[in-house]
Amino acid sequence: MKDTPLSNCERDFLLRAIEEKKRLDGRQTYDYRRIKITFGTDYGCCFVDLGKTRVMAQVSCELVAPKENRPNEGIMFFNIELSPMASPAFEQGRQSELSVKLNRQLERCLRNSKCIDTESLCVVSGKTVWQIRVDIHMLNNDGNLMDASSIAAITALCHFRRPDVGIQGEEVTVYSPEERDPIPLSIYHMPISVSFSFFQQGTYLLVDPCEREERVMDGLLMIAMNKHREICSIQSSGGIMLLKEQVMRCSKIASVKVSEITELISKALLNDKAARKAGGRCGFAESMPQERITALKTEETPMEMKDVTERANDIIQKAEAPPPAYPKLNDDRENISDSEEEEVVILHPEIPGKVCTL
Amino acid sequence: MAGLELLSDQGYRLDGRKATELRKVQARMGVFAQADGSAYLEQGNTKALAVVYGPHEMRGSRSRTLHDRALINCQYSMATFSTAERKRRPHGDRKSTEMSLHLKQTFEAAVMTQLYPRSQIDIYVKILQSDGGNYSTCVNAATLAVIDAGIPMRDYVCACTVGFVDETPLADLCYAEESGGVSSLALALLPRGGQIALLQMDARLHQDHLETLIEAAMTACKGVSKVLDEVVRQHLQEVSVLTGE
Repeated sequence: MKDTPLSNCERDFLLRAIEEKKRLDGRQTYDYRRIKITFGTDYGCCFVDLGKTRVMAQVSCELVAPKENRPNEGIMFFNIELSPMASPAFEQGRQSELSVKLNRQLERCLRNSKCIDTESLCVVSGKTVWQIRVDIHMLNNDGNLMDASSIAAITALCHFRRPDVGIQGEEVTVYSPEERDPIPLSIYHMPISVSFSFFQQGTYLLVDPCEREERVMDGLLMIAMNKHREICSIQSSGGIMLLKEQVMRCSKIASVKVSEITELISKALLNDKAARKAGGRCGFAESMPQERITALKTEETPMEMKDVTERANDIIQKAEAPPPAYPKLNDDRENISDSEEEEVVILHPEIPGKVCTL
Repeated sequence: MAGLELLSDQGYRLDGRKATELRKVQARMGVFAQADGSAYLEQGNTKALAVVYGPHEMRGSRSRTLHDRALINCQYSMATFSTAERKRRPHGDRKSTEMSLHLKQTFEAAVMTQLYPRSQIDIYVKILQSDGGNYSTCVNAATLAVIDAGIPMRDYVCACTVGFVDETPLADLCYAEESGGVSSLALALLPRGGQIALLQMDARLHQDHLETLIEAAMTACKGVSKVLDEVVRQHLQEVSVLTGE
């Protein structure tokens, strides 16, 4: 199903707002939306909320034969699914441009940067190795799928525990979780991707674009870094032309954001560990917020109130007088008064001019 | 491949080049009569063939027509005999689709598409032999082909892949260097304005080294642009001699 096209006035409004350094949800230029990380009941299942963008990652493993040119390394396989559940614009058939782009970017960010020790996944050299498969599903698309996917993928990999194996000569026995505790993967570093969107031929830059901002952007720069300030991947997309200074500035901003997000991930992992130890409930169902109306109170939303009265008065004065809503009534008819209370007013048909109220 | 020294103490690489030396570039324009523009480019052992058709009317889905500019359609494929092991799927796999998208993105930035609304420009690139720097060779070959087709561009698009070993940037990587786990950066540049059309980097690199690497890539691209300029002027001379001007 094709997405509803963006109207010209909406596009102009968004671009003008960006020129005035304002964003739709009131964020600053370099602010991320609220990131929430929750885990499922199994090890290796992780949900990430980036604002309203929701992404789920699941890690699984199985024993396979290794690749011929790398006999003592395990295999990592990444797969991102864009299902129509996330957005009506995604179609069921695979291999759309966005799907290829996201898959390749995630592969390069996580596999080429060697964040996992693949040699530790080897069981019998040349015969059996672990294949770790990361499946990422988009649950809701509100912009910036790449960042949410990378956070979900690396958090799920950190959370995952693989079964223990015993080797006796050529025999390989896989122990179930009841027999022996499962082992976590050995992770060298956590690459996180940060997306920068450019507007008006590279004049304006925003971090973490939401879905509307993504529609009007000219191009995107994705920088994946870890907290040791090592750049794991850079990818520019869209037909924009960048200058070297812009790239350097983005990399500096990215390093700050990445250290914040890495801290958040570590805290989430620790919390989950504590919760599991304490035997508390965890899982997808628990992570959904209880949306029951228990009190008539909403969160305070920040609003800009600068010069509101002056501007309002200005607008009212400059506006023309409104045309009469209805023609002037004759004098023998009574006017229906507009009262503030909820009142049903019936004009009694038999007795003209008499007004009953209920 | 441990033990293979990518940069010796005297500053020589595996194939005897110095750190900032590019591989030998040989190019020929107008290789096919059927296509609007075509070019063949060799960068060391990497050989690429580029063919351009256009601008012509939209083929395929009319709904993709852009009302104010031309649509650029790129296809990248590798010949099955281009790599050491025979490639089973030359096109349609993820890497080729990603490369096609990158090429499209690069040329959308450089070609003046506003001059041809509602039309389509096709760029097909095929790698005949792959020895590292596939993307850069494709971009350079495609630039020559677009110029041969007479489509106006803002500037030459020159690309180069650079790597970082032992605190030194190596320009124009070959396959052995690329697969040795070196952090490689592919850059497509419009030399006159110093604008970057595409920037792609894999593998770990410390943030402090990023600037040196990008600088080295830009210098290498400017070197490539000189060679391409030379090729274009020579081709024009040959063609004008043949047509008797």
